[in-house]
Amino acid sequence: MKRKLVVCVVAALAFFGLSWMGPSRASAEQELIVSAAASLTNAFQEVGRKFEKANPGIKFVPNFAASGALLQQIEKGAPVDVFASADQKTMDQANEKKLILPETRKNFASNGLVLILPAGSKAPIKSPQDLNANEVTKVAIGNPDTVPAGRYAQEVLKNEGLWEKLSPKFIPAASVRQVLDYVTRGEVDAGFVYSTDAVIAGDKVQVVATLGKHKPILYPTAVVAATQKKDLARRFIDFVLSKEGQETLSKFGFGKP
Amino acid sequence: MPNSLIPLLLTLKVAGCATLAAFAIGVAFAFLLARVRFPGREWVDALLTLPLVMPPTVLGYYLIVVFGRRGWIGQWLYEAFGVTLMFTWQGAVLASAVVSLPLVFKAARTAFEGVDPNLERAARTLGLSEAGVFIRVSLPLAWRGIMAGTMLAFARAMGEFGATLMVAGNLPGKTQTLSLAVYDAVQAGNDRLAAILVLITSLVCVVILVFSGKILKTQYLKEVDR
Repeated sequence: MKRKLVVCVVAALAFFGLSWMGPSRASAEQELIVSAAASLTNAFQEVGRKFEKANPGIKFVPNFAASGALLQQIEKGAPVDVFASADQKTMDQANEKKLILPETRKNFASNGLVLILPAGSKAPIKSPQDLNANEVTKVAIGNPDTVPAGRYAQEVLKNEGLWEKLSPKFIPAASVRQVLDYVTRGEVDAGFVYSTDAVIAGDKVQVVATLGKHKPILYPTAVVAATQKKDLARRFIDFVLSKEGQETLSKFGFGKP
Repeated sequence: MPNSLIPLLLTLKVAGCATLAAFAIGVAFAFLLARVRFPGREWVDALLTLPLVMPPTVLGYYLIVVFGRRGWIGQWLYEAFGVTLMFTWQGAVLASAVVSLPLVFKAARTAFEGVDPNLERAARTLGLSEAGVFIRVSLPLAWRGIMAGTMLAFARAMGEFGATLMVAGNLPGKTQTLSLAVYDAVQAGNDRLAAILVLITSLVCVVILVFSGKILKTQYLKEVDR
Protein backbone atom coordinates (compact mmCIF):
# COMPACT_ATOMS: atom_id res chain seq x y z
CA MET A 1 0.00 0.00 0.00
CA LYS A 2 2.72 2.41 1.04
CA ARG A 3 4.91 1.40 -1.89
CA LYS A 4 2.04 2.06 -4.30
CA LEU A 5 1.58 5.52 -2.85
CA VAL A 6 5.29 6.29 -3.25
CA VAL A 7 5.20 5.11 -6.88
CA CYS A 8 2.18 7.31 -7.55
CA VAL A 9 3.77 10.39 -6.03
CA VAL A 10 7.05 9.87 -7.90
CA ALA A 11 5.17 9.36 -11.17
CA ALA A 12 3.15 12.52 -10.60
CA LEU A 13 6.25 14.57 -9.79
CA ALA A 14 8.06 13.23 -12.84
CA PHE A 15 5.08 14.05 -15.04
CA PHE A 16 4.72 17.62 -13.80
CA GLY A 17 8.47 18.17 -13.80
CA LEU A 18 8.74 17.09 -17.42
CA SER A 19 5.76 19.08 -18.58
CA TRP A 20 7.27 22.13 -16.90
CA MET A 21 10.48 21.74 -18.83
CA GLY A 22 8.75 20.92 -22.11
CA PRO A 23 7.87 24.36 -23.47
CA SER A 24 11.21 25.97 -22.61
CA ARG A 25 13.03 23.60 -24.93
CA ALA A 26 10.52 24.20 -27.74
CA SER A 27 11.01 27.97 -27.55
CA ALA A 28 14.24 27.66 -29.52
CA GLU A 29 12.11 28.81 -32.46
CA GLN A 30 11.02 32.43 -32.36
CA GLU A 31 7.39 33.21 -31.60
CA LEU A 32 5.43 36.08 -33.10
CA ILE A 33 2.30 36.88 -31.11
CA VAL A 34 -0.37 38.63 -33.15
CA SER A 35 -3.48 39.99 -31.43
CA ALA A 36 -6.11 40.31 -34.13
CA ALA A 37 -9.79 41.23 -34.27
CA ALA A 38 -12.16 38.25 -34.00
CA SER A 39 -13.43 38.81 -37.54
CA LEU A 40 -9.91 38.09 -38.84
CA THR A 41 -9.84 34.59 -37.26
CA ASN A 42 -9.96 32.42 -40.38
CA ALA A 43 -8.10 34.80 -42.69
CA PHE A 44 -5.19 35.43 -40.30
CA GLN A 45 -4.81 31.74 -39.52
CA GLU A 46 -4.05 31.20 -43.18
CA VAL A 47 -1.93 34.35 -43.48
CA GLY A 48 0.01 33.08 -40.45
CA ARG A 49 0.58 29.65 -42.03
CA LYS A 50 1.92 31.30 -45.16
CA PHE A 51 4.10 33.65 -43.11
CA GLU A 52 5.56 30.66 -41.27
CA LYS A 53 6.29 28.94 -44.58
CA ALA A 54 8.03 32.05 -45.91
CA ASN A 55 10.00 32.51 -42.67
CA PRO A 56 11.32 29.16 -41.38
CA GLY A 57 11.98 29.02 -37.65
CA ILE A 58 9.20 31.50 -36.88
CA LYS A 59 6.13 30.35 -34.99
CA PHE A 60 2.98 32.40 -35.61
CA VAL A 61 0.86 32.62 -32.43
CA PRO A 62 -2.54 34.27 -33.03
CA ASN A 63 -4.74 35.71 -30.29
CA PHE A 64 -8.28 36.47 -31.48
CA ALA A 65 -10.86 38.49 -29.52
CA ALA A 66 -12.88 41.68 -29.74
CA SER A 67 -10.57 44.58 -30.63
CA GLY A 68 -11.45 46.41 -27.40
CA ALA A 69 -10.58 43.37 -25.28
CA LEU A 70 -7.25 42.99 -27.11
CA LEU A 71 -6.45 46.64 -26.42
CA GLN A 72 -7.05 46.05 -22.70
CA GLN A 73 -4.77 43.01 -22.74
CA ILE A 74 -1.98 45.01 -24.39
CA GLU A 75 -2.47 47.86 -21.91
CA LYS A 76 -2.19 45.38 -19.02
CA GLY A 77 1.13 44.16 -20.41
CA ALA A 78 0.29 41.12 -22.55
CA PRO A 79 3.44 40.11 -24.50
CA VAL A 80 2.01 40.97 -27.92
CA ASP A 81 4.11 41.87 -30.98
CA VAL A 82 1.51 42.94 -33.56
CA PHE A 83 -1.96 44.42 -33.05
CA ALA A 84 -4.64 44.35 -35.77
CA SER A 85 -8.01 45.90 -34.92
CA ALA A 86 -11.28 46.05 -36.83
CA ASP A 87 -11.70 49.80 -36.50
CA GLN A 88 -9.74 53.04 -36.36
CA LYS A 89 -11.08 54.07 -32.94
CA THR A 90 -9.48 51.19 -31.04
CA MET A 91 -6.16 51.81 -32.79
CA ASP A 92 -6.46 55.54 -32.03
CA GLN A 93 -6.91 54.66 -28.35
CA ALA A 94 -3.84 52.41 -28.52
CA ASN A 95 -1.93 55.29 -30.08
CA GLU A 96 -3.07 57.79 -27.41
CA LYS A 97 -1.88 55.41 -24.71
CA LYS A 98 1.44 55.01 -26.56
CA LEU A 99 0.94 51.25 -26.87
CA ILE A 100 1.86 51.08 -30.57
CA LEU A 101 4.59 52.51 -32.80
CA PRO A 102 2.63 55.13 -34.80
CA GLU A 103 4.96 55.09 -37.81
CA THR A 104 4.23 51.35 -38.33
CA ARG A 105 0.45 51.84 -38.46
CA LYS A 106 -1.07 50.75 -41.80
CA ASN A 107 -4.57 50.00 -43.05
CA PHE A 108 -4.62 46.53 -44.60
CA ALA A 109 -8.25 45.55 -45.28
CA SER A 110 -11.83 46.74 -45.50
CA ASN A 111 -15.14 45.06 -44.77
CA GLY A 112 -18.91 45.53 -44.90
CA LEU A 113 -21.64 45.24 -42.29
CA VAL A 114 -24.65 42.98 -42.88
CA LEU A 115 -27.86 41.98 -41.14
CA ILE A 116 -28.26 38.19 -40.93
CA LEU A 117 -30.99 35.75 -39.87
CA PRO A 118 -30.70 32.06 -38.98
CA ALA A 119 -31.09 29.72 -41.98
CA GLY A 120 -34.73 28.76 -42.42
CA SER A 121 -36.03 31.75 -40.49
CA LYS A 122 -39.34 32.94 -41.86
CA ALA A 123 -39.30 36.25 -40.00
CA PRO A 124 -40.27 39.10 -42.35
CA ILE A 125 -37.00 40.99 -41.92
CA LYS A 126 -35.56 42.76 -44.94
CA SER A 127 -34.03 45.84 -43.32
CA PRO A 128 -33.14 47.20 -39.86
CA GLN A 129 -36.60 48.89 -39.70
CA ASP A 130 -38.26 45.48 -39.79
CA LEU A 131 -36.60 44.60 -36.46
CA ASN A 132 -39.33 46.75 -34.89
CA ALA A 133 -41.87 43.97 -35.57
CA ASN A 134 -43.36 42.41 -32.45
CA GLU A 135 -42.37 38.85 -33.35
CA VAL A 136 -38.71 39.91 -33.32
CA THR A 137 -37.61 39.66 -29.69
CA LYS A 138 -33.86 39.01 -29.76
CA VAL A 139 -31.28 40.82 -31.87
CA ALA A 140 -27.62 39.95 -31.31
CA ILE A 141 -25.14 42.81 -31.52
CA GLY A 142 -21.51 43.10 -30.48
CA ASN A 143 -21.13 44.96 -27.19
CA PRO A 144 -20.35 48.51 -28.45
CA ASP A 145 -17.92 49.09 -25.55
CA THR A 146 -15.43 46.54 -26.85
CA VAL A 147 -16.64 45.18 -30.21
CA PRO A 148 -16.11 47.37 -33.31
CA ALA A 149 -18.84 45.50 -35.25
CA GLY A 150 -21.23 46.48 -32.47
CA ARG A 151 -20.12 50.11 -32.76
CA TYR A 152 -20.69 50.14 -36.52
CA ALA A 153 -24.14 48.59 -36.00
CA GLN A 154 -24.88 51.17 -33.31
CA GLU A 155 -23.92 53.93 -35.73
CA VAL A 156 -26.26 52.55 -38.41
CA LEU A 157 -29.17 52.18 -36.00
CA LYS A 158 -28.63 55.64 -34.53
CA ASN A 159 -28.61 57.17 -38.00
CA GLU A 160 -31.85 55.35 -38.78
CA GLY A 161 -33.36 56.53 -35.48
CA LEU A 162 -33.83 52.93 -34.30
CA TRP A 163 -31.24 52.58 -31.52
CA GLU A 164 -33.44 53.57 -28.57
CA LYS A 165 -36.48 51.67 -29.80
CA LEU A 166 -34.62 48.43 -30.42
CA SER A 167 -32.37 48.42 -27.37
CA PRO A 168 -34.66 46.19 -25.21
CA LYS A 169 -34.23 43.48 -27.85
CA PHE A 170 -30.43 43.55 -27.92
CA ILE A 171 -28.40 40.52 -26.87
CA PRO A 172 -24.89 41.93 -26.41
CA ALA A 173 -22.08 39.62 -27.47
CA ALA A 174 -18.40 39.58 -26.48
CA SER A 175 -17.21 39.52 -30.08
CA VAL A 176 -18.62 39.57 -33.59
CA ARG A 177 -18.02 35.81 -33.79
CA GLN A 178 -20.29 35.30 -30.78
CA VAL A 179 -23.04 37.18 -32.66
CA LEU A 180 -22.47 34.82 -35.56
CA ASP A 181 -22.64 31.83 -33.21
CA TYR A 182 -25.93 33.00 -31.66
CA VAL A 183 -27.49 33.42 -35.11
CA THR A 184 -26.26 30.11 -36.55
CA ARG A 185 -27.65 28.27 -33.53
CA GLY A 186 -30.99 30.06 -33.96
CA GLU A 187 -30.96 31.44 -30.42
CA VAL A 188 -31.69 34.96 -31.70
CA ASP A 189 -33.91 36.30 -34.47
CA ALA A 190 -31.25 38.38 -36.18
CA GLY A 191 -27.74 39.76 -35.75
CA PHE A 192 -25.22 42.28 -37.09
CA VAL A 193 -21.94 40.86 -38.40
CA TYR A 194 -19.34 41.64 -41.07
CA SER A 195 -19.98 40.35 -44.56
CA THR A 196 -16.85 38.16 -44.19
CA ASP A 197 -18.36 36.48 -41.11
CA ALA A 198 -21.55 35.69 -43.03
CA VAL A 199 -19.39 34.04 -45.73
CA ILE A 200 -17.71 31.83 -43.10
CA ALA A 201 -21.10 30.66 -41.78
CA GLY A 202 -22.17 29.66 -45.32
CA ASP A 203 -25.71 28.30 -45.58
CA LYS A 204 -26.31 28.41 -41.82
CA VAL A 205 -27.31 32.06 -42.11
CA GLN A 206 -29.11 34.24 -44.63
CA VAL A 207 -27.92 37.76 -45.39
CA VAL A 208 -30.97 40.02 -45.71
CA ALA A 209 -29.38 43.45 -45.91
CA THR A 210 -26.02 45.07 -46.52
CA LEU A 211 -25.86 48.21 -44.43
CA GLY A 212 -24.59 51.65 -45.31
CA LYS A 213 -24.81 54.71 -43.06
CA HIS A 214 -21.67 53.89 -41.09
CA LYS A 215 -18.02 54.95 -41.24
CA PRO A 216 -15.96 52.93 -43.71
CA ILE A 217 -14.82 49.71 -42.02
CA LEU A 218 -11.04 49.88 -42.32
CA TYR A 219 -8.70 47.48 -40.49
CA PRO A 220 -5.46 49.04 -39.17
CA THR A 221 -2.44 47.15 -37.87
CA ALA A 222 0.67 48.32 -36.04
CA VAL A 223 3.72 47.06 -34.15
CA VAL A 224 3.16 47.01 -30.40
CA ALA A 225 5.51 49.48 -28.68
CA ALA A 226 6.59 47.09 -25.92
CA THR A 227 7.68 44.25 -28.22
CA GLN A 228 11.26 42.94 -28.24
CA LYS A 229 10.80 41.70 -31.83
CA LYS A 230 10.22 44.93 -33.76
CA ASP A 231 11.88 43.72 -36.95
CA LEU A 232 9.95 40.47 -37.04
CA ALA A 233 6.71 42.34 -36.28
CA ARG A 234 7.41 44.77 -39.15
CA ARG A 235 8.11 41.84 -41.43
CA PHE A 236 4.70 40.37 -40.59
CA ILE A 237 2.91 43.65 -41.38
CA ASP A 238 4.80 43.86 -44.68
CA PHE A 239 3.69 40.31 -45.41
CA VAL A 240 0.03 41.17 -44.73
CA LEU A 241 0.33 44.11 -47.16
CA SER A 242 2.21 42.04 -49.76
CA LYS A 243 0.51 40.55 -52.82
CA GLU A 244 0.34 37.11 -51.16
CA GLY A 245 -1.13 38.50 -47.93
CA GLN A 246 -3.70 40.63 -49.73
CA GLU A 247 -4.74 37.71 -51.96
CA THR A 248 -5.32 35.56 -48.89
CA LEU A 249 -7.46 38.26 -47.28
CA SER A 250 -9.53 38.78 -50.43
CA LYS A 251 -10.07 35.00 -50.60
CA PHE A 252 -11.92 35.37 -47.28
CA GLY A 253 -13.97 38.28 -48.61
CA PHE A 254 -12.01 41.24 -47.27
CA GLY A 255 -11.74 44.31 -49.49
CA LYS A 256 -8.70 46.40 -50.33
CA PRO A 257 -7.88 49.06 -47.70
CA MET B 1 -24.55 53.77 -7.35
CA PRO B 2 -27.41 51.99 -9.12
CA ASN B 3 -24.99 50.75 -11.79
CA SER B 4 -23.40 48.34 -9.36
CA LEU B 5 -26.51 47.59 -7.27
CA ILE B 6 -28.48 46.10 -10.17
CA PRO B 7 -26.01 43.23 -10.71
CA LEU B 8 -25.88 42.66 -6.95
CA LEU B 9 -29.66 42.31 -6.60
CA LEU B 10 -29.79 40.13 -9.69
CA THR B 11 -27.01 37.92 -8.34
CA LEU B 12 -28.84 37.45 -5.03
CA LYS B 13 -32.09 36.67 -6.86
CA VAL B 14 -30.45 34.16 -9.22
CA ALA B 15 -28.36 32.52 -6.49
CA GLY B 16 -31.38 32.36 -4.15
CA CYS B 17 -33.66 30.69 -6.70
CA ALA B 18 -30.87 28.36 -7.86
CA THR B 19 -30.15 27.31 -4.27
CA LEU B 20 -33.84 26.60 -3.62
CA ALA B 21 -34.03 24.42 -6.71
CA ALA B 22 -30.74 22.66 -5.90
CA PHE B 23 -31.95 22.15 -2.31
CA ALA B 24 -35.26 20.53 -3.32
CA ILE B 25 -33.74 18.25 -5.96
CA GLY B 26 -30.56 17.54 -4.02
CA VAL B 27 -32.30 16.58 -0.75
CA ALA B 28 -34.89 14.43 -2.55
CA PHE B 29 -32.25 12.45 -4.45
CA ALA B 30 -29.97 12.27 -1.41
CA PHE B 31 -32.75 10.71 0.68
CA LEU B 32 -33.68 8.30 -2.11
CA LEU B 33 -30.09 7.15 -2.59
CA ALA B 34 -29.39 6.94 1.14
CA ARG B 35 -32.48 4.83 1.90
CA VAL B 36 -33.45 2.81 -1.16
CA ARG B 37 -31.38 0.10 -2.86
CA PHE B 38 -31.94 -0.05 -6.61
CA PRO B 39 -29.80 -1.06 -9.59
CA GLY B 40 -27.66 1.77 -10.96
CA ARG B 41 -27.76 3.65 -7.68
CA GLU B 42 -24.10 4.65 -7.82
CA TRP B 43 -24.50 5.71 -11.44
CA VAL B 44 -27.21 8.16 -10.41
CA ASP B 45 -24.86 9.39 -7.70
CA ALA B 46 -22.09 9.88 -10.25
CA LEU B 47 -24.42 11.70 -12.64
CA LEU B 48 -25.57 14.12 -9.93
CA THR B 49 -21.96 14.73 -8.82
CA LEU B 50 -20.67 15.29 -12.35
CA PRO B 51 -21.26 19.09 -12.40
CA LEU B 52 -18.76 19.36 -9.54
CA VAL B 53 -15.90 17.92 -11.56
CA MET B 54 -16.78 19.08 -15.08
CA PRO B 55 -15.73 22.49 -16.38
CA PRO B 56 -18.69 24.92 -16.31
CA THR B 57 -18.27 25.53 -20.04
CA VAL B 58 -18.90 21.83 -20.70
CA LEU B 59 -22.08 22.05 -18.62
CA GLY B 60 -23.03 25.21 -20.48
CA TYR B 61 -22.66 23.37 -23.75
CA TYR B 62 -24.83 20.48 -22.52
CA LEU B 63 -27.46 22.95 -21.32
CA ILE B 64 -27.49 24.69 -24.72
CA VAL B 65 -27.88 21.33 -26.47
CA VAL B 66 -30.82 20.43 -24.20
CA PHE B 67 -32.47 23.80 -23.49
CA GLY B 68 -31.42 25.96 -26.47
CA ARG B 69 -34.10 27.16 -28.84
CA ARG B 70 -33.26 24.21 -31.08
CA GLY B 71 -32.40 21.88 -28.17
CA TRP B 72 -34.23 18.67 -27.26
CA ILE B 73 -36.34 20.21 -24.51
CA GLY B 74 -35.82 23.83 -25.55
CA GLN B 75 -37.47 23.36 -28.93
CA TRP B 76 -40.50 21.75 -27.32
CA LEU B 77 -40.73 24.54 -24.72
CA TYR B 78 -40.53 27.13 -27.48
CA GLU B 79 -43.09 25.52 -29.75
CA ALA B 80 -45.55 24.59 -27.00
CA PHE B 81 -45.35 27.68 -24.80
CA GLY B 82 -43.26 30.21 -26.73
CA VAL B 83 -40.76 30.19 -23.87
CA THR B 84 -37.00 30.03 -24.20
CA LEU B 85 -34.56 29.96 -21.29
CA MET B 86 -31.69 31.31 -23.36
CA PHE B 87 -30.71 34.89 -22.42
CA THR B 88 -33.18 35.08 -19.50
CA TRP B 89 -32.54 35.23 -15.76
CA GLN B 90 -34.39 31.94 -15.46
CA GLY B 91 -31.69 30.50 -17.71
CA ALA B 92 -29.08 31.84 -15.30
CA VAL B 93 -30.96 30.12 -12.47
CA LEU B 94 -30.92 26.85 -14.40
CA ALA B 95 -27.16 27.07 -14.98
CA SER B 96 -26.39 28.00 -11.36
CA ALA B 97 -28.72 25.32 -9.99
CA VAL B 98 -27.07 22.58 -12.03
CA VAL B 99 -23.60 23.73 -11.02
CA SER B 100 -24.43 23.92 -7.30
CA LEU B 101 -26.63 20.80 -7.11
CA PRO B 102 -23.79 18.37 -6.22
CA LEU B 103 -22.84 20.41 -3.17
CA VAL B 104 -26.30 20.01 -1.61
CA PHE B 105 -26.70 16.46 -2.82
CA LYS B 106 -23.34 15.15 -1.55
CA ALA B 107 -23.68 16.80 1.86
CA ALA B 108 -27.29 15.66 2.26
CA ARG B 109 -26.56 12.07 1.30
CA THR B 110 -23.73 11.85 3.82
CA ALA B 111 -25.97 13.45 6.45
CA PHE B 112 -28.87 11.04 5.82
CA GLU B 113 -26.52 8.06 5.88
CA GLY B 114 -25.21 9.25 9.24
CA VAL B 115 -28.65 9.07 10.85
CA ASP B 116 -28.95 6.11 13.28
CA PRO B 117 -31.45 3.63 11.68
CA ASN B 118 -32.61 2.63 15.17
CA LEU B 119 -34.05 6.10 15.74
CA GLU B 120 -36.12 5.80 12.56
CA ARG B 121 -37.24 2.28 13.56
CA ALA B 122 -38.24 3.52 16.98
CA ALA B 123 -40.29 6.31 15.42
CA ARG B 124 -42.07 3.76 13.24
CA THR B 125 -42.90 1.48 16.18
CA LEU B 126 -44.33 4.54 17.92
CA GLY B 127 -46.79 4.89 15.04
CA LEU B 128 -45.28 7.55 12.75
CA SER B 129 -45.98 7.25 9.02
CA GLU B 130 -43.03 7.15 6.57
CA ALA B 131 -43.56 10.84 5.77
CA GLY B 132 -43.71 11.57 9.49
CA VAL B 133 -40.46 9.70 10.08
CA PHE B 134 -38.80 11.75 7.34
CA ILE B 135 -40.07 15.13 8.53
CA ARG B 136 -39.79 14.59 12.30
CA VAL B 137 -36.76 12.30 12.62
CA SER B 138 -34.51 11.93 9.54
CA LEU B 139 -34.62 15.52 8.32
CA PRO B 140 -33.98 17.19 11.71
CA LEU B 141 -31.07 14.82 12.40
CA ALA B 142 -29.52 15.44 8.99
CA TRP B 143 -30.36 19.15 9.00
CA ARG B 144 -26.95 20.56 9.89
CA GLY B 145 -25.18 18.62 7.17
CA ILE B 146 -27.80 19.65 4.65
CA MET B 147 -27.53 23.30 5.67
CA ALA B 148 -23.74 23.24 5.36
CA GLY B 149 -24.10 21.87 1.82
CA THR B 150 -26.79 24.41 0.98
CA MET B 151 -24.54 27.24 2.16
CA LEU B 152 -21.76 26.07 -0.13
CA ALA B 153 -24.28 25.74 -2.95
CA PHE B 154 -25.38 29.34 -2.47
CA ALA B 155 -21.79 30.53 -2.47
CA ARG B 156 -21.07 28.55 -5.64
CA ALA B 157 -24.23 29.88 -7.31
CA MET B 158 -23.20 33.46 -6.48
CA GLY B 159 -19.87 33.04 -8.21
CA GLU B 160 -21.13 31.05 -11.22
CA PHE B 161 -19.66 32.38 -14.44
CA GLY B 162 -18.98 29.93 -17.28
CA ALA B 163 -22.25 28.04 -17.65
CA THR B 164 -24.25 31.20 -16.92
CA LEU B 165 -22.42 33.15 -19.61
CA MET B 166 -23.11 30.44 -22.17
CA VAL B 167 -26.78 29.93 -21.34
CA ALA B 168 -27.96 33.35 -20.18
CA GLY B 169 -25.52 35.57 -22.02
CA ASN B 170 -24.31 38.84 -20.60
CA LEU B 171 -27.27 41.26 -20.72
CA PRO B 172 -26.83 44.30 -18.48
CA GLY B 173 -29.80 44.57 -16.12
CA LYS B 174 -31.24 41.22 -17.21
CA THR B 175 -28.71 38.42 -16.84
CA GLN B 176 -25.52 40.28 -15.96
CA THR B 177 -24.65 38.96 -12.50
CA LEU B 178 -21.75 40.34 -10.43
CA SER B 179 -19.16 37.95 -11.81
CA LEU B 180 -20.17 38.80 -15.39
CA ALA B 181 -20.28 42.53 -14.63
CA VAL B 182 -16.72 42.38 -13.30
CA TYR B 183 -15.56 40.55 -16.43
CA ASP B 184 -17.34 43.09 -18.65
CA ALA B 185 -15.91 46.09 -16.80
CA VAL B 186 -12.36 44.74 -17.05
CA GLN B 187 -12.76 43.91 -20.75
CA ALA B 188 -13.95 47.45 -21.43
CA GLY B 189 -11.09 48.95 -19.40
CA ASN B 190 -13.52 50.38 -16.84
CA ASP B 191 -11.25 49.69 -13.87
CA ARG B 192 -13.12 51.95 -11.46
CA LEU B 193 -16.42 50.11 -11.93
CA ALA B 194 -14.56 46.78 -11.73
CA ALA B 195 -13.00 47.82 -8.41
CA ILE B 196 -16.40 48.84 -6.98
CA LEU B 197 -18.01 45.58 -8.09
CA VAL B 198 -15.15 43.51 -6.70
CA LEU B 199 -15.41 45.28 -3.34
CA ILE B 200 -19.18 44.73 -3.21
CA THR B 201 -18.78 41.05 -4.09
CA SER B 202 -16.10 40.51 -1.46
CA LEU B 203 -18.13 42.30 1.18
CA VAL B 204 -21.32 40.35 0.46
CA CYS B 205 -19.43 37.03 0.50
CA VAL B 206 -17.75 37.79 3.83
CA VAL B 207 -21.06 38.85 5.39
CA ILE B 208 -22.82 35.71 4.18
CA LEU B 209 -20.02 33.45 5.41
CA VAL B 210 -19.86 35.06 8.84
CA PHE B 211 -23.62 34.97 9.38
CA SER B 212 -24.07 31.42 8.15
CA GLY B 213 -21.13 30.36 10.28
CA LYS B 214 -22.84 31.94 13.28
CA ILE B 215 -26.14 30.19 12.60
CA LEU B 216 -24.47 26.80 12.25
CA LYS B 217 -22.06 27.10 15.18
CA THR B 218 -24.18 28.69 17.88
CA GLN B 219 -26.43 25.63 17.89
CA TYR B 220 -23.51 23.45 18.86
CA LEU B 221 -22.27 25.82 21.55
CA LYS B 222 -25.79 26.07 22.99
CA GLU B 223 -25.82 22.29 23.39
CA VAL B 224 -22.40 22.37 25.02
CA ASP B 225 -23.51 25.02 27.48
CA ARG B 226 -26.65 23.18 28.40
